[in-house]
Amino acid sequence: MLPWLFLGFAALLVATAVMVVVHRNPVTSALFLVLSFCSLAGIYLLLQAEFLGMVQVIVYAGAIMVLFLFVIMYLNLQHDVETGAQIAVRRGIGWMVGALLLLFGFLLANRGWAPGPVAAQLPAQDGGNAAAIGRVLYSRFLFPFEITSILLLVAMVGAIVLAKGRPASESEGA
Amino acid sequence: MSALWNNEVFQVAFWAFVKVMIILNTLLGVVTYLIYAERKICGHMQARTGPNRVGPFGLLQTPADVIKLLLKEEFTPAGANKILFHVAPVLAVFPAVATFAVIPMGPPPMFVATDINVGLLLFLAMSSIGVYAIVLAGWSSNNKYALLGGLRSSAQMISYELAMGLSVIPVIMHSGTMSLVGIVQSQAGTYRPFESLPFALPNWGIFHWYLLLPFAIFFITMFAETNRAPFDLPEAEGELVAGFHTEYSSMKWSMFFLGEYFNMIIISSICVTLFFGGYLGPGPAMLGIVWYLLKLFVILFIFIWVRWTLPRLRYDQLMNFGWKVLLPGAVVNIVIATVWLYWRANG
Amino acid sequence: MIPLGWTLALSAILFCIGVVGVLVRRNALVIFMSIELMLNAANLAFVAFARNMNSLDGQIFVFFVMTVAAAEVAVGLAIIVNVFRLRETVFVDEINLLKG
Repeated sequence: MLPWLFLGFAALLVATAVMVVVHRNPVTSALFLVLSFCSLAGIYLLLQAEFLGMVQVIVYAGAIMVLFLFVIMYLNLQHDVETGAQIAVRRGIGWMVGALLLLFGFLLANRGWAPGPVAAQLPAQDGGNAAAIGRVLYSRFLFPFEITSILLLVAMVGAIVLAKGRPASESEGA
Repeated sequence: MSALWNNEVFQVAFWAFVKVMIILNTLLGVVTYLIYAERKICGHMQARTGPNRVGPFGLLQTPADVIKLLLKEEFTPAGANKILFHVAPVLAVFPAVATFAVIPMGPPPMFVATDINVGLLLFLAMSSIGVYAIVLAGWSSNNKYALLGGLRSSAQMISYELAMGLSVIPVIMHSGTMSLVGIVQSQAGTYRPFESLPFALPNWGIFHWYLLLPFAIFFITMFAETNRAPFDLPEAEGELVAGFHTEYSSMKWSMFFLGEYFNMIIISSICVTLFFGGYLGPGPAMLGIVWYLLKLFVILFIFIWVRWTLPRLRYDQLMNFGWKVLLPGAVVNIVIATVWLYWRANG
Repeated sequence: MIPLGWTLALSAILFCIGVVGVLVRRNALVIFMSIELMLNAANLAFVAFARNMNSLDGQIFVFFVMTVAAAEVAVGLAIIVNVFRLRETVFVDEINLLKG
């Protein structure tokens, strides 16, 4: 049962990811990306990382992509126009590089790497996945956690300063 | 065939499906009469009667409205993005209904569709998805007012979502679990805040002092999340025509309307589950659903009451309040609750 | 349950789709979205290994990657908005003032 669910989510993920890259309208690309994040969250649930699955929906699909959509709407971007021989040549090279990279990956994988045993169940997580993550996050990984919060603060300040633009007095005086 | 029936996973899925169908159909009925109740209550608060012509006591008003809406002309504005225009109303309804799968309406396992151990996070995730309906509706309508209303409304929703998410953290700390069934079960029994009290209060969330401020913040964000008064500037008639649903007519508009009421019901259910003991109440356990519905209707009545009593907040007042008052308040409360709970646990 | 090989293959495919997106598209926002795809491919690999090696460290790392991605998106989009204000375009091959 589980492998079928996984295959379904995986197919949805790959299909929507391809549509993100291929579609000409940036709004539609963003919406397909939201769908792919949601199917990725489904895969996380299948891999017994339910806290991460929910956080994926809340953070990626619910916040980051809303930010993308706001910016696309603010810039009022329409259909992308991509004509011309030069651009077509670049596109062809791009697809070839991607295919070569995938081929390279599979060649590496085929060099005698064994998938290894599949663990039946993650160790009994007392209180569920979230409690287990919390126990590790606030003890072993406390320092990275604090650094990440400073990183977020810096990013917030930076984004606000960058997006505000120049105040009126400065542009008049200069 | 019997092999399929005996498969454990299939059984869980099948019973969840049956419960979901029951919930969906009941919800539709509840929403119909919630709309009627709102119009009646609003009428009486305004010293008039409200609908009383269609059917006895006006009870058939909402079905009549639905039939009218079904028969209206459906048009799509020129230049609108057709696919997004049709998808946005669906997105308005889907997250609210999806959250109903995890709400405990009575003692488990019969009255919960599925109980996952991150149920509260699922609610937050679904309310994050609900923002898309509004953004897409505003964008795809090819209309300035709709776009402005959509952007304002979604900015409001994501700002208040932060305060809401932070305000439920003390609740999670108090009950020790994110599963909604676990949170309700941690509110079982009675509680004496101090020894000199002659009677015992039920052990509901709201009777613990460090959960009072989270309740206040959650209560306020409840209104902002559902775009209800006093936070309904983005969709108020007379402000931005009708905000993000200006260009919608007939069934698509009624999907937004339905979505708003579903959201109201779901968020009141979460409030009841987190702070008022969910399905707990005196008497036999099976009576749980009656208690749950009673508490739900009280909170829905307060929703309607507040809408027709309080004036609207201006948009900049609204954003100021969310970011400068509610968010710091929620953070301060997490600190206070953590310190108190740690001190109480470790002497 | 779910073989590790399948998940890693999926992660590789997703990563390559992201790479193709960065190379092929001209719109800076779509390039950014492809970068997010690549980050998510890496996240998937982390979660798959966490599951397979019975350790939660992979999931913690995913947590941090998500946070960093959020911060990066905020700042990156602010930069794109600024560039749009100056150059009136988001196509990366038209932003070529510094070109020799």
